Amino acid sequence: MYLIQQLLNALQLGSIYALIALGYTMVYGILTMINFAHGDLFMVGAFFCFLAGVSLGLPFVPTMLLSMAGTAMLGVTIERLAYKPLRNAPRVSPIITALGVGLFLENFTLALSPYPKHITPLLDIRVWTVGGVSVSSLQILIIALSVVLMLLLDLYVRRTMVGMAMRAISWDRTTASLMGVPVDGIISVTFAIGAGLGGAAGVMYGLAYPVIDPYMGIMVGWKAFISAVVGGIGSIYGAMLGGFLLGGVEVLVAAYFPSTYRDFVAFSLLLVLLVWKPYGILGKPRPQKV
Amino acid sequence: MKKTALLVAFMSAVAMSFAGCTDTSGPTVKVGVIAELTGDIPAVGASCRNAAELAAKEINDAGGLDLGGKKYKIKLFIEDNAGKADQSASAAQKLITQNDVVAIVGPNASRYAVPASEIAESSKVVLITPWSTTPKTTLDAKTGAPKKYIFRACFTDPFQGRVVARFAMENLKSKKAAVLYDVASEYNKGIAEIFKSAFEEKGGKVVAFETYTTNDKDFSAQLTKIKKAGPDVVFLPNYYSEVPLQVQQAHRLGINVPFIGSDSWGSEELLKLAGKDVEGYYFSTHYAADAATPAATRFIQAYKAKYNSTPDDVAALTYDAFGLLIQAVKSAGKPDRQAVRDALARISGYDGVTGSMQFKEGSGDPIKSAVILQIKNGKFGWFANANP
Repeated sequence: MYLIQQLLNALQLGSIYALIALGYTMVYGILTMINFAHGDLFMVGAFFCFLAGVSLGLPFVPTMLLSMAGTAMLGVTIERLAYKPLRNAPRVSPIITALGVGLFLENFTLALSPYPKHITPLLDIRVWTVGGVSVSSLQILIIALSVVLMLLLDLYVRRTMVGMAMRAISWDRTTASLMGVPVDGIISVTFAIGAGLGGAAGVMYGLAYPVIDPYMGIMVGWKAFISAVVGGIGSIYGAMLGGFLLGGVEVLVAAYFPSTYRDFVAFSLLLVLLVWKPYGILGKPRPQKV
Repeated sequence: MKKTALLVAFMSAVAMSFAGCTDTSGPTVKVGVIAELTGDIPAVGASCRNAAELAAKEINDAGGLDLGGKKYKIKLFIEDNAGKADQSASAAQKLITQNDVVAIVGPNASRYAVPASEIAESSKVVLITPWSTTPKTTLDAKTGAPKKYIFRACFTDPFQGRVVARFAMENLKSKKAAVLYDVASEYNKGIAEIFKSAFEEKGGKVVAFETYTTNDKDFSAQLTKIKKAGPDVVFLPNYYSEVPLQVQQAHRLGINVPFIGSDSWGSEELLKLAGKDVEGYYFSTHYAADAATPAATRFIQAYKAKYNSTPDDVAALTYDAFGLLIQAVKSAGKPDRQAVRDALARISGYDGVTGSMQFKEGSGDPIKSAVILQIKNGKFGWFANANP
């Protein structure tokens, strides 16, 4: 019973990490670049949720759609303004720019909203107790919505022309462009999807933990990044696996050991995992073709 | 050539903008304020700044402080520590060396007050913290001896932790308590441990003693563990931005026992962020706005008139910190750091907005009463007094 309760907690946390990790992995897969501003895009998503759901008073579905759309557009804008000019620059430059964009987003939001904001419940949360295990409708919503989004993404990447173009660009950008693939457009779509998923995660996080502040994206962003790396950066399934793995380890460590050791044990386990599988669990080494 | 010309023009513009900062209105007593204006607990910083400005304005509107025949105005230098320990220390440094203040009021949260106090102590500048209750703020980290330049306007946690433990046992008839606290934060950790030893001393049992780290938002694992241990009361000595999340998550997991808190709950923001989830719960704090003495009532009315909100405990304590400081400066006769410190150390009793405080010889920690407040109908209400 206790274990089942903790597993539910782990699934909820893991879903959110997985959704954010997808954003990291997609951008890395297509551009070989870590978008360190992604955690802050997640934070912006949560603030869009506040604007739409609390300030404008919209119900849940329009709030979710607007937040995802808003974050997606922001992601595309950032790509066009900050990352596109550096596409052929040394690898370090886009990373530093990404950190800068992240800082900009945090402080811009801080300037607009210095106080933590409260998200009033957009949904009626019902709690069912089944044999000692408390399940809330919010938990089920988060887990279900995340799984649905991940399945949709997987279908999109594997079964559509745009998805095929994304995979082509991630294999070999130059040749893909020679073959007539509109590289800039596809990269924008990738950012839009990645950011949109981050925005969705932000909304769900805002519903589950309704106090939002401009720095909330930092820790969560790092954890999602680690999930993506452990799962295999560049692999969509890897990001999902990594997210649930990290969520599971965090919750189960706190469940069975003194909770003070939670982060220590969780990250040590991940270090060990990376030593055993340096490219991540589902990652593949990228051969340099000469 | 063009670049240098531009640079020179820019620098002279910057330099000229500082010209407006010279003080042209007579002698001043410079007081520094370090407040958490941004970061995770901005409501605390705002209360502190508001009360400081109110205190300074009251003195200045009456013509200023009379020191040796001359009228001195109070000039405030307000620094934001952005909710960071290192910025608290650098703010203290700036106030001491650049702004040349006579004394510093603040920071408020213990985890920021301790680093600032180290800087003030080594620079031999008085620092009065309005709200930091951890004993470490006024004790030297290496020797454990009391610091000479650090004072506070509030009671300390060894007293507060026992107050909460006694309240839980006697009023709530609790025998099994659980605690969830931030292990990375000075104040939360200190008072949690004091509560635990006080509760167990009285014969109770602490069935769960769970931790998290600052800025964590998900407490489901720890709360599930607490639920399993079956407590009859849960103690959450955490800040106003964290408690709402903890209580909401606990309710969703089916934990329906009373929750109790400590003075970190005291902000109105807690009520805004938590809503109905904290209805009926109790916490210990420094003063009750609805059970005020005449002096307190005057302060509350002045604060309400200027800021349109009821002052919380941080505001009241900051006002008292200024009261103590002003009394010391008057008694010293001049805005000299050492003289002010010696005068402050000589104060043995002070009646402030937050009650009367007694200072023992050589200690910067006042002996004061605490109050227990209950959250009823979405408002803080006085419930009981707790005397030392």
